Amino acid sequence: MGNVLVVAEHLHGKFPKTTLVGVEAGKQMAGHLGGKCLAAVLGQGIGALATELTEYGVDVVAVDGPPFAHYLADAYTAAIAEVAKQHDVEVVMAAATAVGKDLLPRVAARLGAAMGSDVTAIVDKATFKRPMYAGNAIATVALAGSPRVVSVRTTAFDAAKKGGEKGKVTALSMSPDATSTKMQFVEFAETKSDRPVLTEARIVCSGGRGLKNGENFTIYLEPLCEALGAAMGASRAAVDAGFVPNDLQVGQTGKVVAPELYIAVGISGAIQHLAGMKDSKVIVAINKDEEAPIFQISDYGLVADLFKAVPELTEEVKKLKA
Amino acid sequence: MKILVAVKRVPDPETVVKIAPDGVGITTDNVKWVINPFDEIAIEEGLRLKEKVSGTEVVLVSIGQKAAQEQLRTGLAMGADRAILVLSDQALEPLAVARVLQKLVEQEKPELVLLGKQAIDDDSNCAGQMLAELLGWPQATFASKVEVGGDQRAARVTREVDGGLETLNIPLPAIVTADLRLNEPRYASLPGIMKARKKELKEIAVADLGVDVAPKARIVKLETPPKRTGGRKVGSVQELVQVLHNEAKVI
Repeated sequence: MGNVLVVAEHLHGKFPKTTLVGVEAGKQMAGHLGGKCLAAVLGQGIGALATELTEYGVDVVAVDGPPFAHYLADAYTAAIAEVAKQHDVEVVMAAATAVGKDLLPRVAARLGAAMGSDVTAIVDKATFKRPMYAGNAIATVALAGSPRVVSVRTTAFDAAKKGGEKGKVTALSMSPDATSTKMQFVEFAETKSDRPVLTEARIVCSGGRGLKNGENFTIYLEPLCEALGAAMGASRAAVDAGFVPNDLQVGQTGKVVAPELYIAVGISGAIQHLAGMKDSKVIVAINKDEEAPIFQISDYGLVADLFKAVPELTEEVKKLKA
Repeated sequence: MKILVAVKRVPDPETVVKIAPDGVGITTDNVKWVINPFDEIAIEEGLRLKEKVSGTEVVLVSIGQKAAQEQLRTGLAMGADRAILVLSDQALEPLAVARVLQKLVEQEKPELVLLGKQAIDDDSNCAGQMLAELLGWPQATFASKVEVGGDQRAARVTREVDGGLETLNIPLPAIVTADLRLNEPRYASLPGIMKARKKELKEIAVADLGVDVAPKARIVKLETPPKRTGGRKVGSVQELVQVLHNEAKVI
């Protein structure tokens, strides 16, 4: 009867929704194992964050100190593996964010553990579902041995809510040798935006190659995003063409989103894009090519020139909200 | 400087794969096979570093069936110097791949190992990170820019992370995995293709490496996801706003 350990990522003194999704998946996993759900918070001066996380009904292991001030794969791996050993951990989990994807395979290698990436469902204590081939196949995978390492798709589980019995905070003590790193953090150039985060937004408007250039994202798509309070996304083709940063990419090799409303503008609907958005509740496509594959999965399709339709849509939304 | 680049043979990303009758694999008839797109970017990055740092050798490694020769020849035609194919009939999972690569790294002693950030067939996104841990090397995944210092003892790597770009300094030897914007891979030229035929392509049986490649994960079942069916077309922007507001109730 082992425990579950969730790696709890934080940014600017807060836990993003994706972390809470990881915690929820961890609690479900603990239910299957009959063990406890623990969460590890790593950083420098993270006492308050560790305490906050206990309100979600999990015990927290705080790994606090200068070596953890910035996420670095090697030092974090050593710490997580140590926590796993000290706390009888059978499954190590995290949300499949950029950090989760970077960290967990390294942890799995250190522990010699079986790994499942981007898991969308927990079947039992050692069996999971995960998409393969850009989501064109869903594999049921059985992981052998203990511990096991699992990253979870951030759209596949709800976010944990506060409540239940508050957990305890314990600190991990490690020798400085054990936390040495060969890597040096230089800088994080954060994309500043007033709009919601792509993976948390209720509405996402994405642009594709049909927008023709980066300026048109600003001229056409941004006002629509603002009117709707939506996050902006993009197809891989638009990123490939250099219109927008990769950070906006929705798809197999970018971010996976499942908002209530997804508006695809000038996106043809390549397999790899659909992999990142087809679980959205309502999908709208605006494209001038009525044969575009995106229409085959859209709830509402508008065959139109986006350069006319998008400004019109922005105005109509503003009127509706006025 | 020596650079090792890992290359995987995968179904063309535009192919819609079909599940095989056995229910645990995909049908491979009529599938077009290509170099995993992110590995192609990794090869290109290796070649660009070779063009900057004279005396650099770019060695490709693939693990798989004999047919992966085709992808290695393509990489050689792009400009890589030689290739190693580790023959395995069984598809290896990421940790096994990392162990095989670790063995080859110990033999070849490269300063840099480049991989694609993820293979677009199993979508695991694991092998590079696992290899870094097995070797005790620093890692910079999801790279969008790689600068190797003049003394070839460190690299400065910009990474595509959530919410922006992160820059790391890492000493060599190191593992770097390629993201989409790192570069635009070149096409093989005709002279390149001619030259590639004469380049060394060494084959090794996976069993001869003496590493543990036993699987820890087993696919119990492979299923087609529920199909999302298309809805309807609307005639105007006004109608679209009306249905989104009154029918779907999402705005």
